[in-house]
Amino acid sequence: MTSILLAIVLGLAFGAVLDRVGASNPTYIGKMLNLTNLNLAKSILLAIGVGSILMFGGQMLGLVDVGHMSVKTAYVGVFVGGLLLGAGWAVAGYCPGTGVVAAASGRKDALFFIAGGLLGAAAYMVTYPNWKASGMLDKIWGGKVTLGTVPGAKYEGLTALPGDVLGIVIGLGFVALAFALPERLVPERAAPQPAE
Amino acid sequence: MHADGPLNWKVGGLALGLVFFLAVLLVKPIGVSTQFVILDGIVADAVNPGLVTQGEDGYTSTNAYLAKSGGKYAKSVANPLNYSFIFVLAMAVGGFLSVMARGGLDRAERAVPALWRANFGDSPVKRYLAAFLGGFVVLYGARLAGGCTSGHMMSGMMQTSLSGYIFALGAFAAAVPVSLILFKKEA
Repeated sequence: MTSILLAIVLGLAFGAVLDRVGASNPTYIGKMLNLTNLNLAKSILLAIGVGSILMFGGQMLGLVDVGHMSVKTAYVGVFVGGLLLGAGWAVAGYCPGTGVVAAASGRKDALFFIAGGLLGAAAYMVTYPNWKASGMLDKIWGGKVTLGTVPGAKYEGLTALPGDVLGIVIGLGFVALAFALPERLVPERAAPQPAE
Repeated sequence: MHADGPLNWKVGGLALGLVFFLAVLLVKPIGVSTQFVILDGIVADAVNPGLVTQGEDGYTSTNAYLAKSGGKYAKSVANPLNYSFIFVLAMAVGGFLSVMARGGLDRAERAVPALWRANFGDSPVKRYLAAFLGGFVVLYGARLAGGCTSGHMMSGMMQTSLSGYIFALGAFAAAVPVSLILFKKEA
Protein backbone atom coordinates (compact mmCIF):
# COMPACT_ATOMS: atom_id res chain seq x y z
CA MET A 1 0.00 0.00 0.00
CA THR A 2 2.93 2.32 0.72
CA SER A 3 4.06 1.97 -2.86
CA ILE A 4 0.63 3.03 -4.15
CA LEU A 5 0.69 6.05 -1.86
CA LEU A 6 4.15 6.98 -3.14
CA ALA A 7 2.95 6.52 -6.73
CA ILE A 8 0.17 9.01 -6.06
CA VAL A 9 2.34 11.60 -4.32
CA LEU A 10 5.26 11.40 -6.78
CA GLY A 11 2.93 11.23 -9.80
CA LEU A 12 1.01 14.31 -8.66
CA ALA A 13 4.27 16.19 -8.19
CA PHE A 14 5.70 15.10 -11.55
CA GLY A 15 2.53 16.03 -13.44
CA ALA A 16 2.35 19.44 -11.78
CA VAL A 17 6.02 20.22 -12.39
CA LEU A 18 5.83 19.19 -16.06
CA ASP A 19 2.99 21.67 -16.44
CA ARG A 20 4.83 24.45 -14.61
CA VAL A 21 8.06 24.13 -16.59
CA GLY A 22 6.04 24.26 -19.81
CA ALA A 23 6.98 20.75 -20.99
CA SER A 24 3.34 19.80 -21.66
CA ASN A 25 2.82 22.84 -23.90
CA PRO A 26 3.66 21.96 -27.54
CA THR A 27 4.54 25.59 -28.22
CA TYR A 28 7.38 25.51 -25.69
CA ILE A 29 8.55 22.11 -26.95
CA GLY A 30 8.50 23.47 -30.50
CA LYS A 31 10.42 26.60 -29.53
CA MET A 32 13.04 24.48 -27.81
CA LEU A 33 13.41 22.08 -30.74
CA ASN A 34 13.54 24.80 -33.40
CA LEU A 35 16.11 26.54 -31.19
CA THR A 36 14.24 29.82 -30.82
CA ASN A 37 13.70 29.61 -27.05
CA LEU A 38 15.92 27.35 -25.00
CA ASN A 39 14.41 28.03 -21.58
CA LEU A 40 12.88 24.56 -21.42
CA ALA A 41 16.18 22.99 -22.48
CA LYS A 42 17.84 24.88 -19.62
CA SER A 43 15.24 23.51 -17.18
CA ILE A 44 15.80 19.96 -18.44
CA LEU A 45 19.60 20.20 -18.27
CA LEU A 46 19.44 21.69 -14.78
CA ALA A 47 17.03 18.95 -13.68
CA ILE A 48 19.30 16.16 -14.94
CA GLY A 49 22.28 17.81 -13.23
CA VAL A 50 20.49 18.36 -9.93
CA GLY A 51 19.06 14.84 -9.96
CA SER A 52 22.46 13.35 -10.69
CA ILE A 53 24.32 15.33 -8.02
CA LEU A 54 21.72 14.55 -5.35
CA MET A 55 21.51 10.86 -6.23
CA PHE A 56 25.24 10.15 -6.42
CA GLY A 57 26.00 12.49 -3.51
CA GLY A 58 23.35 10.71 -1.46
CA GLN A 59 24.84 7.34 -2.40
CA MET A 60 28.28 8.45 -1.25
CA LEU A 61 26.84 9.60 2.08
CA GLY A 62 24.95 6.31 2.41
CA LEU A 63 21.57 8.10 2.32
CA VAL A 64 20.41 6.80 -1.07
CA ASP A 65 20.03 3.09 -1.78
CA VAL A 66 22.24 2.19 -4.75
CA GLY A 67 19.83 -0.69 -5.40
CA HIS A 68 17.19 1.81 -6.50
CA MET A 69 19.13 2.54 -9.67
CA SER A 70 17.60 1.10 -12.81
CA VAL A 71 19.82 1.18 -15.88
CA LYS A 72 18.40 0.23 -19.27
CA THR A 73 20.14 -1.91 -21.87
CA ALA A 74 22.09 -0.27 -24.70
CA TYR A 75 21.33 -1.71 -28.19
CA VAL A 76 21.11 -0.34 -31.72
CA GLY A 77 17.32 -0.11 -31.46
CA VAL A 78 17.72 2.47 -28.69
CA PHE A 79 19.16 4.88 -31.26
CA VAL A 80 16.64 4.00 -33.98
CA GLY A 81 13.76 4.25 -31.51
CA GLY A 82 15.19 7.58 -30.33
CA LEU A 83 15.13 8.88 -33.91
CA LEU A 84 11.49 7.85 -34.31
CA LEU A 85 10.49 9.31 -30.97
CA GLY A 86 12.33 12.53 -31.78
CA ALA A 87 10.55 12.95 -35.10
CA GLY A 88 7.13 12.34 -33.56
CA TRP A 89 7.96 14.56 -30.59
CA ALA A 90 8.77 17.44 -32.96
CA VAL A 91 5.56 16.97 -34.99
CA ALA A 92 3.17 16.48 -32.08
CA GLY A 93 4.98 18.48 -29.42
CA TYR A 94 4.29 15.72 -26.93
CA CYS A 95 6.23 12.80 -25.51
CA PRO A 96 4.48 10.01 -23.60
CA GLY A 97 4.48 11.68 -20.17
CA THR A 98 3.76 15.22 -21.27
CA GLY A 99 1.00 13.99 -23.59
CA VAL A 100 -0.82 12.51 -20.61
CA VAL A 101 -0.43 15.76 -18.62
CA ALA A 102 -1.54 17.84 -21.62
CA ALA A 103 -4.65 15.74 -22.18
CA ALA A 104 -5.57 16.11 -18.51
CA SER A 105 -5.10 19.87 -18.77
CA GLY A 106 -7.78 20.10 -21.45
CA ARG A 107 -5.72 19.93 -24.65
CA LYS A 108 -7.87 18.02 -27.14
CA ASP A 109 -5.03 17.37 -29.56
CA ALA A 110 -3.27 15.49 -26.75
CA LEU A 111 -6.17 13.02 -26.65
CA PHE A 112 -5.41 12.23 -30.29
CA PHE A 113 -1.73 11.92 -29.40
CA ILE A 114 -2.59 9.35 -26.72
CA ALA A 115 -4.88 7.43 -29.08
CA GLY A 116 -2.09 7.34 -31.68
CA GLY A 117 0.34 6.34 -28.95
CA LEU A 118 -1.77 3.42 -27.79
CA LEU A 119 -1.99 2.23 -31.39
CA GLY A 120 1.76 2.71 -31.89
CA ALA A 121 2.53 0.75 -28.71
CA ALA A 122 0.18 -2.01 -29.87
CA ALA A 123 1.89 -2.05 -33.28
CA TYR A 124 5.20 -2.54 -31.52
CA MET A 125 3.79 -5.38 -29.43
CA VAL A 126 2.78 -7.13 -32.64
CA THR A 127 6.02 -6.48 -34.53
CA TYR A 128 8.34 -7.14 -31.57
CA PRO A 129 9.39 -10.64 -32.78
CA ASN A 130 10.70 -9.11 -36.04
CA TRP A 131 12.87 -6.62 -34.18
CA LYS A 132 14.09 -9.36 -31.88
CA ALA A 133 15.03 -11.52 -34.89
CA SER A 134 16.79 -8.59 -36.58
CA GLY A 135 19.45 -8.50 -33.86
CA MET A 136 18.84 -4.81 -33.29
CA LEU A 137 17.76 -5.54 -29.72
CA ASP A 138 21.01 -7.35 -28.91
CA LYS A 139 23.06 -5.54 -26.31
CA ILE A 140 26.05 -3.47 -27.35
CA TRP A 141 28.99 -2.15 -25.28
CA GLY A 142 28.03 -4.32 -22.32
CA GLY A 143 24.29 -3.55 -22.36
CA LYS A 144 23.22 -2.28 -18.96
CA VAL A 145 26.24 -0.13 -18.22
CA THR A 146 26.96 3.19 -16.59
CA LEU A 147 29.75 5.50 -17.77
CA GLY A 148 31.81 4.88 -14.63
CA THR A 149 31.66 1.95 -12.22
CA VAL A 150 29.19 2.81 -9.45
CA PRO A 151 30.24 1.26 -6.10
CA GLY A 152 27.71 -1.31 -4.92
CA ALA A 153 25.61 -1.18 -8.10
CA LYS A 154 24.64 -4.30 -10.00
CA TYR A 155 25.67 -2.67 -13.28
CA GLU A 156 29.05 -2.82 -14.98
CA GLY A 157 30.92 0.35 -15.81
CA LEU A 158 31.92 1.32 -19.33
CA THR A 159 35.11 2.61 -17.68
CA ALA A 160 36.75 1.81 -14.34
CA LEU A 161 36.35 5.43 -13.19
CA PRO A 162 34.49 5.76 -9.85
CA GLY A 163 30.88 6.03 -11.05
CA ASP A 164 29.58 8.11 -8.18
CA VAL A 165 32.29 10.77 -8.43
CA LEU A 166 31.93 10.77 -12.22
CA GLY A 167 28.17 11.15 -11.81
CA ILE A 168 28.62 14.26 -9.69
CA VAL A 169 31.18 15.72 -12.12
CA ILE A 170 28.87 15.10 -15.09
CA GLY A 171 25.96 16.46 -13.07
CA LEU A 172 27.90 19.69 -12.47
CA GLY A 173 28.59 19.73 -16.20
CA PHE A 174 24.85 19.61 -16.94
CA VAL A 175 24.25 22.48 -14.50
CA ALA A 176 27.04 24.51 -16.11
CA LEU A 177 25.61 23.78 -19.56
CA ALA A 178 22.17 24.96 -18.40
CA PHE A 179 23.69 28.29 -17.37
CA ALA A 180 25.92 28.58 -20.45
CA LEU A 181 23.21 27.91 -23.02
CA PRO A 182 21.92 31.14 -24.62
CA GLU A 183 18.23 32.06 -24.70
CA ARG A 184 18.09 31.17 -28.38
CA LEU A 185 20.43 29.73 -31.00
CA VAL A 186 18.62 30.74 -34.18
CA PRO A 187 18.76 34.52 -34.74
CA GLU A 188 15.53 36.50 -34.75
CA ARG A 189 14.11 37.16 -38.22
CA ALA A 190 14.49 40.61 -39.78
CA ALA A 191 10.76 41.31 -39.75
CA PRO A 192 9.42 39.71 -36.59
CA GLN A 193 5.76 38.82 -36.38
CA PRO A 194 3.71 41.40 -34.49
CA ALA A 195 2.56 40.17 -31.11
CA GLU A 196 -1.02 38.90 -31.05
CA MET B 1 -1.91 32.24 -24.66
CA HIS B 2 -2.19 32.73 -20.97
CA ALA B 3 -0.68 35.59 -19.07
CA ASP B 4 1.40 33.43 -16.76
CA GLY B 5 4.20 31.71 -18.62
CA PRO B 6 6.26 28.82 -17.32
CA LEU B 7 8.45 29.04 -14.25
CA ASN B 8 11.85 30.62 -14.51
CA TRP B 9 14.16 27.84 -15.76
CA LYS B 10 16.23 27.87 -12.58
CA VAL B 11 13.23 27.32 -10.33
CA GLY B 12 11.57 24.92 -12.78
CA GLY B 13 14.73 22.90 -13.40
CA LEU B 14 15.42 22.64 -9.67
CA ALA B 15 11.86 21.44 -8.99
CA LEU B 16 11.97 18.95 -11.85
CA GLY B 17 15.34 17.63 -10.69
CA LEU B 18 14.04 17.24 -7.14
CA VAL B 19 11.11 15.15 -8.35
CA PHE B 20 13.42 12.85 -10.34
CA PHE B 21 15.70 12.56 -7.31
CA LEU B 22 12.85 11.85 -4.87
CA ALA B 23 11.56 9.10 -7.17
CA VAL B 24 14.95 7.33 -7.11
CA LEU B 25 15.38 7.96 -3.38
CA LEU B 26 11.98 6.55 -2.44
CA VAL B 27 11.15 4.01 -5.15
CA LYS B 28 12.85 3.86 -8.56
CA PRO B 29 13.61 6.08 -11.58
CA ILE B 30 10.63 7.66 -13.35
CA GLY B 31 9.38 6.14 -16.60
CA VAL B 32 6.12 6.49 -18.50
CA SER B 33 5.98 4.86 -21.93
CA THR B 34 5.71 1.26 -20.69
CA GLN B 35 2.28 2.14 -19.31
CA PHE B 36 0.93 2.61 -22.85
CA VAL B 37 1.72 -1.07 -23.38
CA ILE B 38 0.14 -1.99 -20.06
CA LEU B 39 -3.06 -0.12 -20.94
CA ASP B 40 -3.11 -1.79 -24.38
CA GLY B 41 -2.66 -5.12 -22.62
CA ILE B 42 -5.47 -4.43 -20.16
CA VAL B 43 -7.85 -3.56 -23.02
CA ALA B 44 -6.74 -6.47 -25.18
CA ASP B 45 -7.00 -8.91 -22.28
CA ALA B 46 -10.54 -7.70 -21.57
CA VAL B 47 -11.53 -8.27 -25.21
CA ASN B 48 -9.60 -11.53 -25.50
CA PRO B 49 -9.30 -13.03 -21.99
CA GLY B 50 -6.70 -15.65 -22.97
CA LEU B 51 -4.01 -13.02 -23.66
CA VAL B 52 -2.47 -13.00 -20.19
CA THR B 53 -2.42 -16.14 -18.09
CA GLN B 54 -1.08 -17.02 -14.67
CA GLY B 55 1.00 -20.17 -14.43
CA GLU B 56 2.92 -21.85 -11.65
CA ASP B 57 5.92 -19.58 -12.00
CA GLY B 58 4.24 -16.25 -12.57
CA TYR B 59 2.45 -14.57 -15.45
CA THR B 60 2.89 -15.03 -19.17
CA SER B 61 1.15 -14.06 -22.39
CA THR B 62 0.49 -15.31 -25.88
CA ASN B 63 2.00 -11.98 -26.99
CA ALA B 64 5.79 -12.32 -27.06
CA TYR B 65 6.33 -8.73 -25.97
CA LEU B 66 4.13 -9.03 -22.87
CA ALA B 67 5.75 -12.38 -22.06
CA LYS B 68 9.36 -11.15 -22.30
CA SER B 69 11.63 -10.66 -19.26
CA GLY B 70 9.86 -13.31 -17.21
CA GLY B 71 6.40 -11.92 -17.92
CA LYS B 72 6.85 -8.66 -16.02
CA TYR B 73 4.56 -6.75 -18.39
CA ALA B 74 2.00 -9.58 -18.29
CA LYS B 75 2.05 -9.33 -14.50
CA SER B 76 1.35 -5.59 -14.62
CA VAL B 77 -1.50 -6.14 -17.10
CA ALA B 78 -3.04 -8.64 -14.70
CA ASN B 79 -2.52 -6.28 -11.75
CA PRO B 80 -3.16 -2.71 -12.92
CA LEU B 81 -3.04 -1.35 -9.37
CA ASN B 82 0.76 -1.30 -9.42
CA TYR B 83 3.17 1.55 -8.71
CA SER B 84 4.05 2.50 -12.29
CA PHE B 85 0.49 2.50 -13.62
CA ILE B 86 -0.91 4.50 -10.70
CA PHE B 87 2.03 6.90 -11.06
CA VAL B 88 0.95 7.81 -14.61
CA LEU B 89 -2.69 8.23 -13.59
CA ALA B 90 -1.56 10.51 -10.74
CA MET B 91 0.54 12.52 -13.22
CA ALA B 92 -2.62 13.32 -15.13
CA VAL B 93 -4.32 14.52 -11.95
CA GLY B 94 -1.27 16.57 -10.96
CA GLY B 95 -1.14 18.23 -14.37
CA PHE B 96 -4.86 18.97 -14.26
CA LEU B 97 -4.69 20.55 -10.78
CA SER B 98 -1.64 22.60 -11.76
CA VAL B 99 -3.32 23.98 -14.89
CA MET B 100 -6.52 24.75 -13.00
CA ALA B 101 -4.56 26.51 -10.25
CA ARG B 102 -3.19 28.94 -12.84
CA GLY B 103 -6.58 29.61 -14.39
CA GLY B 104 -6.88 26.89 -17.05
CA LEU B 105 -6.19 27.11 -20.78
CA ASP B 106 -8.25 29.20 -23.17
CA ARG B 107 -10.41 27.60 -25.81
CA ALA B 108 -8.19 28.22 -28.82
CA GLU B 109 -5.15 26.82 -27.01
CA ARG B 110 -7.10 23.72 -25.94
CA ALA B 111 -7.84 22.89 -29.58
CA VAL B 112 -4.65 23.97 -31.36
CA PRO B 113 -1.43 25.14 -29.65
CA ALA B 114 -0.16 28.64 -30.51
CA LEU B 115 3.00 27.65 -32.41
CA TRP B 116 1.05 25.21 -34.58
CA ARG B 117 -1.59 27.91 -35.24
CA ALA B 118 1.08 30.39 -36.33
CA ASN B 119 2.47 27.90 -38.86
CA PHE B 120 -0.48 25.81 -40.02
CA GLY B 121 -3.60 27.80 -39.13
CA ASP B 122 -6.33 26.96 -36.66
CA SER B 123 -7.90 23.92 -38.35
CA PRO B 124 -8.30 21.41 -35.51
CA VAL B 125 -8.61 18.45 -37.90
CA LYS B 126 -5.15 19.01 -39.35
CA ARG B 127 -3.71 19.38 -35.87
CA TYR B 128 -5.51 16.31 -34.49
CA LEU B 129 -4.25 14.21 -37.39
CA ALA B 130 -0.67 15.38 -36.82
CA ALA B 131 -0.95 14.69 -33.08
CA PHE B 132 -2.35 11.20 -33.75
CA LEU B 133 0.40 10.30 -36.24
CA GLY B 134 3.00 11.86 -33.97
CA GLY B 135 1.70 9.79 -31.06
CA PHE B 136 1.92 6.61 -33.09
CA VAL B 137 5.55 7.25 -34.07
CA VAL B 138 6.52 8.44 -30.57
CA LEU B 139 5.23 5.35 -28.81
CA TYR B 140 6.44 2.93 -31.47
CA GLY B 141 9.86 4.52 -31.16
CA ALA B 142 9.76 4.59 -27.36
CA ARG B 143 8.97 0.88 -27.18
CA LEU B 144 11.68 0.04 -29.70
CA ALA B 145 14.13 2.11 -27.65
CA GLY B 146 12.87 0.64 -24.37
CA GLY B 147 11.98 3.99 -22.85
CA CYS B 148 11.06 7.60 -23.54
CA THR B 149 12.05 11.12 -22.63
CA SER B 150 11.53 10.52 -18.91
CA GLY B 151 12.83 6.97 -18.58
CA HIS B 152 15.73 7.03 -21.02
CA MET B 153 16.69 10.67 -21.33
CA MET B 154 16.05 12.18 -17.88
CA SER B 155 16.34 9.17 -15.58
CA GLY B 156 18.94 7.51 -17.79
CA MET B 157 21.36 10.39 -18.20
CA MET B 158 20.90 11.28 -14.53
CA GLN B 159 22.22 7.80 -13.66
CA THR B 160 25.05 8.12 -16.23
CA SER B 161 23.51 5.24 -18.13
CA LEU B 162 25.03 4.68 -21.57
CA SER B 163 21.65 3.86 -23.11
CA GLY B 164 20.27 7.22 -21.97
CA TYR B 165 22.94 9.03 -23.96
CA ILE B 166 22.38 6.89 -27.06
CA PHE B 167 18.66 7.61 -26.82
CA ALA B 168 19.06 11.37 -26.33
CA LEU B 169 21.44 11.52 -29.28
CA GLY B 170 18.88 9.83 -31.53
CA ALA B 171 15.94 11.84 -30.23
CA PHE B 172 17.54 15.26 -30.76
CA ALA B 173 19.18 14.25 -34.05
CA ALA B 174 15.66 13.78 -35.44
CA ALA B 175 13.65 16.28 -33.40
CA VAL B 176 15.70 19.42 -34.12
CA PRO B 177 15.77 19.12 -37.95
CA VAL B 178 12.09 18.14 -38.10
CA SER B 179 11.16 21.09 -35.92
CA LEU B 180 13.32 23.52 -37.91
CA ILE B 181 11.59 22.40 -41.12
CA LEU B 182 8.05 22.46 -39.69
CA PHE B 183 7.98 25.56 -37.53
CA LYS B 184 9.49 28.46 -39.45
CA LYS B 185 7.11 31.11 -38.13
CA GLU B 186 7.36 32.14 -34.51
CA ALA B 187 4.41 32.38 -32.15
